Amino acid sequence: MFLKDYITDIYKGVKSLLIGMRRTGYYFTHHKEIITQQYPDNREELNLPTRFRGEVILLHDENNEHACTGCTACELACPNGTIKIITKFDVSPEGKKKKALDTFIYHLELCTMCNLCVVACPTDAIVMAQNFEHSVYDRSKLTKKLNKPGSKIREGIE
Amino acid sequence: MLSFHSITDSIDSWLNHTFSPTVALLLECTIVAIAAIALFATLGLVLVLMERKVAAFMQIRMGPNRVGPKGMFQSLADTIKLVMKEGLTPDGADKFLFNLAPFIVMIVAMLLLAPIGFASGFQIWDINIGVLYISAISSISVIGILMAGWASNNKYSLLGAMRSGAQIVSYELSAGLSILSIVVLSGSLQLSDIVGAQSNGWWIFKGHIPVIISFVIFIIAVTAETNRAPFDLAEAESELTAGFHTEYSGMKFALIFLAEYINIFIVCAIGATLFFGGWMPLHIGNWQSFNHIMDYIPSSLWFFGKTFFLIFVIMWFRWTFPRLRIDQLLQLEWKYLLPISMVNLLLVTVMAIMGWYF
Repeated sequence: MFLKDYITDIYKGVKSLLIGMRRTGYYFTHHKEIITQQYPDNREELNLPTRFRGEVILLHDENNEHACTGCTACELACPNGTIKIITKFDVSPEGKKKKALDTFIYHLELCTMCNLCVVACPTDAIVMAQNFEHSVYDRSKLTKKLNKPGSKIREGIE
Repeated sequence: MLSFHSITDSIDSWLNHTFSPTVALLLECTIVAIAAIALFATLGLVLVLMERKVAAFMQIRMGPNRVGPKGMFQSLADTIKLVMKEGLTPDGADKFLFNLAPFIVMIVAMLLLAPIGFASGFQIWDINIGVLYISAISSISVIGILMAGWASNNKYSLLGAMRSGAQIVSYELSAGLSILSIVVLSGSLQLSDIVGAQSNGWWIFKGHIPVIISFVIFIIAVTAETNRAPFDLAEAESELTAGFHTEYSGMKFALIFLAEYINIFIVCAIGATLFFGGWMPLHIGNWQSFNHIMDYIPSSLWFFGKTFFLIFVIMWFRWTFPRLRIDQLLQLEWKYLLPISMVNLLLVTVMAIMGWYF
């Protein structure tokens, strides 16, 4: 029946709008919890969610060793050429040649923080860090070398 | 007791004593104009800040909190920024209309101020067709918006303006019909008479269900008429950048922006006058002592309290409801609000004839 549908329509519409207004009215009157962070004021005790992605870093342990084998999986996974891996050949004492990482170049200015390189890494050598204060006066400073000088691959990582 | 009525009377008599009647009238006009502009400036600052704070509180944020104590000077700083900016006129624009449009929008808002009673005996122009005047003048504002949209020579602006035209023209009907229900009940078009008719209770209480329905229709219709979310199709930030004022900058933009907030104030003041008794304190029938206590609160406080409550309700709408598409907007008007307000007007008329109100 047309008239019945019409009135039910109005009733349902008004009801759902009132439910919404009750919710926002509740937030308006209970003004205690603040979900935004007062950023420059709380720089020391900044509370970022764990999933926040600020930049890619190569993890180094206390012996200045990383887990990157130089396989270039991250370079291939990157959709916009942010990562460039330069490899070299380590010569072991027995005279065997082995591919290893020479320089891990990371173009922060091109990075969209999509996390695909971290997913692609077979040895979990790279992770997303949470530092987001990247502003510099010269864009060439955004091109970073991620492996620390003198670092080498950790034992037992293939 | 010091009231606005006594102040205006003493100024009037002093001016008439000192100068000739013509000069006195001219001086009074100047005083009224300055007072109106001062009111507009303060309202603009207060309402913009109020909107941002209300929005922030409803979204569990803090809102502006840097400029001044608790961010109270934020809108002042914004105004200074807008005044110092360059008012660009695009090359392809119709220069005359483009520059005229903000003033039309502003002048309409100013004209609407005339018949509103701010306090007991404090009214710029107590015209005997006040309600008709308001509905007639408020329909001019769409011309300003269409002018701005057309003269900008921009697709976004034109689309926004055309939408705004369709929207305002349709929503005026239900706004007018819901205003008519109060006119039927009070039997007068004069705003001071309508306020006077509510001395023993506001119409929203005296007229019970039909007046509550017409109040709901009124507040929906004026939200649409002032182009505010959820009916902000003329601006449509998400699809038309800023709609009819995309091309405006600097002080011309500020005028359009200010006029939007002034219009909100004015429609809320009209709503408060018609449904909540304007400056009339809360009187309940024959409770003499209660009515006397209520009379001690100044009438201007009552008026501004009611108006700001309605403004808050309209802001509450904005920060709660999802936006409508243009077809949904027109459907809401022509299929729901207009038939309901017509039936409701009939109901109010029967009620007024039979005396079924308190």
